[in-house]
Amino acid sequence: MNTTTLRKLSYFLSLFLVVALISCGGKKKEDEEEAGEDKGAATTGTVATVDMANGATITGTVKLDGKAPENKVIKMEADPVCKAAHTAPAMEDHWLVGGAGEVANTFVYIKDGLGGKTYAAPGDAITLNQQGCQYQPHVFGVMVGQKIKIQNSDQTLHNIHAHGDKNEQFNEGQPAGSPAKERTMDKVEVMVPIKCDVHGWMNCYAGVLNHPFFAVTGKDGKFELKGVPPGDYTVTAWHETLDGKGESVDMKVTVAAKESKTADFTLKPQ
Amino acid sequence: MATIVLPAEVKKVSHNGHAGHGHHELSFVRKYLFSTDHKTIGKQFLFFSMFFLLVGGTLALVVRLQLGFPDHQSGFFQFFAKFFSLIFGKTNFDFNKDTGMYGMLDNFYNSAFTMHATFMIFFAVMPFLMGTFANFLIPLKIGAGDMAFPKLNMASFWVAVLAGLIMLTAFFVKGGAASGGWTGYPTLSAVPDFSGVIWGQNLWLISLLCSGISSLLGAINYITTVVNMRCPGMSWFRLPLSIWAIFITAILLLLAVPVLASALILLLFDRTIGTSFFIPTGLLSAGTVISGPGTAHAGGGQVLLWQHLFWFFGHPEVYIMILPAMGIASDVLSNFSRKPIFGYKAMVLAIAGIAVLGFFVWGHHMFQSGMNPLLGTTFMISTMLIAVPSAIKTFNWMGTIWGGNIRFTTSMLFAIGFVTMFVIGGLSGIFMASTPVDIFIHDTYFIVGHIHYVLFGGSIFSIFAGLYFWYPKMFGRMMNEKLGKIHFWTAFLSFNGVFFPMHILGIGGMMRRIYDYTQYPHLVRFQGMNAFMTICAFILGFSTLVFLFNFFWSMKKGKIADINPWQSNTLEWTVAYPIPHGNFPEMPHVFRGPYEYSAPDCPAGTDYYPQNMPPPGWGEAKA
Amino acid sequence: MSRPSGLKSTLKKLPGFLFAVIAFLAPAASFAVPAKSRYDHYWLPDANSTYAPKIDGMFNTILWITMTVFVLVELGILYFLFKYRHKPGRKATYTHGNNKLEIAWTIVPAVILVFLAIFSNSLWSEIRDPAKFPKDAPVIRIKPRQFQWDITYPGPDGKFDTPDDINTINQLYLAYNSPIQIKLQAQDVIHSFFVPEFRIKQDAVPGMQTAVWIQPTKMGDFNIACAELCGAQHYRMMGYVHIVTPDSLASWLKSQAPEAPAPAAPAVDTTKAK
Repeated sequence: MNTTTLRKLSYFLSLFLVVALISCGGKKKEDEEEAGEDKGAATTGTVATVDMANGATITGTVKLDGKAPENKVIKMEADPVCKAAHTAPAMEDHWLVGGAGEVANTFVYIKDGLGGKTYAAPGDAITLNQQGCQYQPHVFGVMVGQKIKIQNSDQTLHNIHAHGDKNEQFNEGQPAGSPAKERTMDKVEVMVPIKCDVHGWMNCYAGVLNHPFFAVTGKDGKFELKGVPPGDYTVTAWHETLDGKGESVDMKVTVAAKESKTADFTLKPQ
Repeated sequence: MATIVLPAEVKKVSHNGHAGHGHHELSFVRKYLFSTDHKTIGKQFLFFSMFFLLVGGTLALVVRLQLGFPDHQSGFFQFFAKFFSLIFGKTNFDFNKDTGMYGMLDNFYNSAFTMHATFMIFFAVMPFLMGTFANFLIPLKIGAGDMAFPKLNMASFWVAVLAGLIMLTAFFVKGGAASGGWTGYPTLSAVPDFSGVIWGQNLWLISLLCSGISSLLGAINYITTVVNMRCPGMSWFRLPLSIWAIFITAILLLLAVPVLASALILLLFDRTIGTSFFIPTGLLSAGTVISGPGTAHAGGGQVLLWQHLFWFFGHPEVYIMILPAMGIASDVLSNFSRKPIFGYKAMVLAIAGIAVLGFFVWGHHMFQSGMNPLLGTTFMISTMLIAVPSAIKTFNWMGTIWGGNIRFTTSMLFAIGFVTMFVIGGLSGIFMASTPVDIFIHDTYFIVGHIHYVLFGGSIFSIFAGLYFWYPKMFGRMMNEKLGKIHFWTAFLSFNGVFFPMHILGIGGMMRRIYDYTQYPHLVRFQGMNAFMTICAFILGFSTLVFLFNFFWSMKKGKIADINPWQSNTLEWTVAYPIPHGNFPEMPHVFRGPYEYSAPDCPAGTDYYPQNMPPPGWGEAKA
Repeated sequence: MSRPSGLKSTLKKLPGFLFAVIAFLAPAASFAVPAKSRYDHYWLPDANSTYAPKIDGMFNTILWITMTVFVLVELGILYFLFKYRHKPGRKATYTHGNNKLEIAWTIVPAVILVFLAIFSNSLWSEIRDPAKFPKDAPVIRIKPRQFQWDITYPGPDGKFDTPDDINTINQLYLAYNSPIQIKLQAQDVIHSFFVPEFRIKQDAVPGMQTAVWIQPTKMGDFNIACAELCGAQHYRMMGYVHIVTPDSLASWLKSQAPEAPAPAAPAVDTTKAK
């Protein structure tokens, strides 16, 4: 009788082992697939390093053609903590346009021409801060595999909901006072929208690239791409309001070593 | 055991071809894997349910860990979060490499309570009651050689295994396991964008469909067996109450599960092939209209339709999980009180009454759902009425122990625990039945407390009572009584420590399914109470480990059991362990009801009168 | 054979466990609560709407009835367990039941429950019957979505979906002691509008409209909670209710009014800006 019982026991144990194996097996396979895809992306070119000394520099200004649409006032009173963080009414940050039409928060990057070269992600993390119930920065570039350090400086809960198409979505709450989170994006995607569902107005964009030739325009509308290897490139300026409407302005730029070129963009709001 | 002289016509009765066939040696696979023997299948279901009880219990502790320490700072949280992260992965526990601290993701919390309920309901309590006990007890208690459809019975188990595997897989797919609550309300469950869960929810639906098929196969089998295969003399009103309860529950399953199945299929279609049964027009996701003409979903569906379908199944389901437990408790109480069950026919009628009324009360889950308020009245009255049979049963259990000669075995303690806790669960139900009071306590912890008093304090305590009671017949040995009592007292005390305060939380306005209640100013005060409950929950989990240790240890080291260690009347105690394929060497004949304890005409020196013991002079009269 | 019942040790524990069941709440109750808040107790929140005290009354009625039944039944069970515990030589009473008792304990609970149902129903229809909603109560529309409450006041023209609509997020201002009707419709998943102090809870369902009314009876600030699981951040779907004087309400509405030329702005999602 004991052997019977034991045999039954061993059978059930093995059954549940099988269960575990199947589930783990499934998991592993999935991981491998993902890894495979990454590898696929990586093997299209060699891992290159940026040569600052000999690389070319592309600079330029992004300007607006016409009058900038007005930003609306954010209804910050939806969360009194947010409201209290601002002395003046907080405005939406879709358009930050200077007196001469310089457009900030435009993401300028080399879209094409690197011939599949990929670059190692820098060890430094990009910081994404949630402050006054707005994202700082509002637009940023990040390399595949580079850490994004997400901070909550507000005394209220935010959630970080990255909903890209290619990158795996994530959605996590970050209560007031909790430590920074580190997340990475593992696919090239311009742009990955990030939002806070608790504060519906909060949004920002991450441009994920496998090379470091990107910049976000400052308040003067200026950008600078440094260390670009000699070659023919398509440089593109992306602005959030022009997203998905084919209005990103492509510009062909050819640079030689140590050369400096200028590429000015003009955006037309609809 | 007295040999029974069977009259010629009884001997001729077909007995499913098993009795008297002798032992044919079966291969290991046929004997332990794909067995058609109801006892083996019963035991398979037993191990199956115990495994998922552990899975569900672990998830319960995950949920309690978050609720007890929502700030993630305490050492208690860190210690157990680290432990659980070994099972569920560090990502779900938001492991921070720099600080070495663990947290918990809100989506994972939602998955944890969803899967906790799903595992406990469909893969622990149901297979315990309607798999383990139904299979093991029906043929043995009604004097049959096996089930009416042994192969169907085997299929029922293996489909359940398939369902369980699918449900477990859900944890390992992208997007995580289902996180829309065990009730799976659309549109949260219908549109992946809203929950972030993609295949997890589909697998949940497919798994429950399989589980439903398993239940249906079982139900058909149980009904046929009880109707057709009772041994001679086993009239309807000589059936033990456990069999009555299982029989009526099987009918409930047969009527309710198809409704769930249809709802599951419709929702699966909504998710996979683009139908819109539960997706209304004009839904917004991230500012974009996603349902209606020209969008991803056709729209035009009805959200409340799911709730009606789900609860038309879901409320009978609650009774599916409590009726067999009531039956088991009745058997145990009567046996250890050494007294006939009080008001046998009233008990049977009460079970039937609950079963019938159970189909007319589903709307009480929907008082605040937007259902026409006038319907609320109807459902309130039917809900109030369904409390009456439960009250009848409770009073009859009291009547049973009254005037008894009570033996406090572990099994009896759990049966008493069942009655006392069921009283709390039943009474707290009245609050929810009252529509105006339900406005306030609906979807609060009051409900969570109520359901756990019924399902844990009720069903699970009764399952424990049944396991301690029938263990000798299942494994030929006794479970250790001392460990059993440790199990009972730790379980009983910590159970109340976890679930009673839930009523207080509910009255204080704490919503259920809340990851971090401290976000709400009116709930911050409950943090201490929640921490206390969490510690009790871990003690409760520990008590289950004591039980498991006892269970497996006794298999090898327990005292060898007598053929009838509890001096019970019913037929399963007339056959010695190991019970052969075909159960009864000779067709039993039943002469009296199952609860003839302490009858004046009991055989001298005993206080019980086995169902199959012929009355004095019976053979002569026939001759 | 007869098993040792372990009776004496069991019985010694009985009072102990009863005590523990009652006493376990004591340590729980002694945990610190925020000082001087209106949440300094563990019972029902303050009752601050016209029907809240009535719901509490119903609650207390049921509580007294069930407590009485609970105490009687549990004490009865404990007494029986003690009195009829196994003793050598005791013979259990042989009885199959008593029909009079069965009838009694069928009818008595039935009568009590039917009365409870009748009393409950009159209160239920007072709160929920659409025919009994307060006449001429102003209407506010709340359209919750993940994870915020989009609130719309109809503006001076009293009509929704016109340019003078006043839209707010999460901020609900109501006038003290005057009835208000709230129409609820979810934009994405089911949410549930719950204000504990008002004893109001009503699901907001996508694709259909539900309605409730409230008449707040106390000035002050309260929270709107979402009571139906609505996704990952369900736990933070918090709104704010402010009960103010009619004058303050009017001036607040004025401050929130859309600037004259601006087009009607339904709550714009800013994620995918146009």
